[in-house]
Amino acid sequence: MKILVTTDDFDLTTEVNALRENQPQIGAVVSFVGLVRDINHDHSVSCMELEHYPAMTEKSLQEIITTAQQRWQIIDATIIHRVGKLSPCDQIVLVAIASMHRGDAFAACEFIMDYLKTRAPFWKKEHTPNGAHWVDARESDELAQQRWSKPAPH
Amino acid sequence: MNIQVLYFAKLREKLGVSAETLDLPDGAAMVAMLLDVLRARGGVWTEALAAGGSFRVAVNQELAEMTMPLEDGDEVAIFPPVTGG
Repeated sequence: MKILVTTDDFDLTTEVNALRENQPQIGAVVSFVGLVRDINHDHSVSCMELEHYPAMTEKSLQEIITTAQQRWQIIDATIIHRVGKLSPCDQIVLVAIASMHRGDAFAACEFIMDYLKTRAPFWKKEHTPNGAHWVDARESDELAQQRWSKPAPH
Repeated sequence: MNIQVLYFAKLREKLGVSAETLDLPDGAAMVAMLLDVLRARGGVWTEALAAGGSFRVAVNQELAEMTMPLEDGDEVAIFPPVTGG
């Protein structure tokens, strides 16, 4: 497992290659990359700052992966989350999951992103032409996380 | 007992403090009582930490409920709902 909180950018291909290296039992890799948009709620974003709670961040990401491992067969996982100053088009977050079959990897990747968005201690501050403001948490993110506590449809 | 209290993001800016050490009376042995002590400061403290307000609490880096017991040396963090990803 790789969990990294960094100010540096990441390269998807490099990370996926490292994730699957020398593990011939891996049959599927699903990855998600989150990006900085230049528009949020109808106002333009010139840049943003990401703050986090260093002592808690990696611990909470590890806990999210552990929870996912209890539900799906995960062979390996990578989570990279950037902090500091970011601009539109920059990459913010990478979640990559390796498993034997695609079903586990798709589900675990989505689950980890939904939990990360509601439980990992990161906060975004957007800078716009009208000044800077902290982004409010969205109810839709909370609902996305809560749906995982319902029994999975079969 | 001494409790280290940390504030993040919007709350840190609103309250004007990022960290402090509080010497709590021994009776203040859970998160809810720590919040009462902070709210009693009045002004922005009462407003920002109003019961049912938009904030979360972590004790020793894990999300915690109001009834979570506190012990000497604990680290309590108070912050807005998270917005990463």
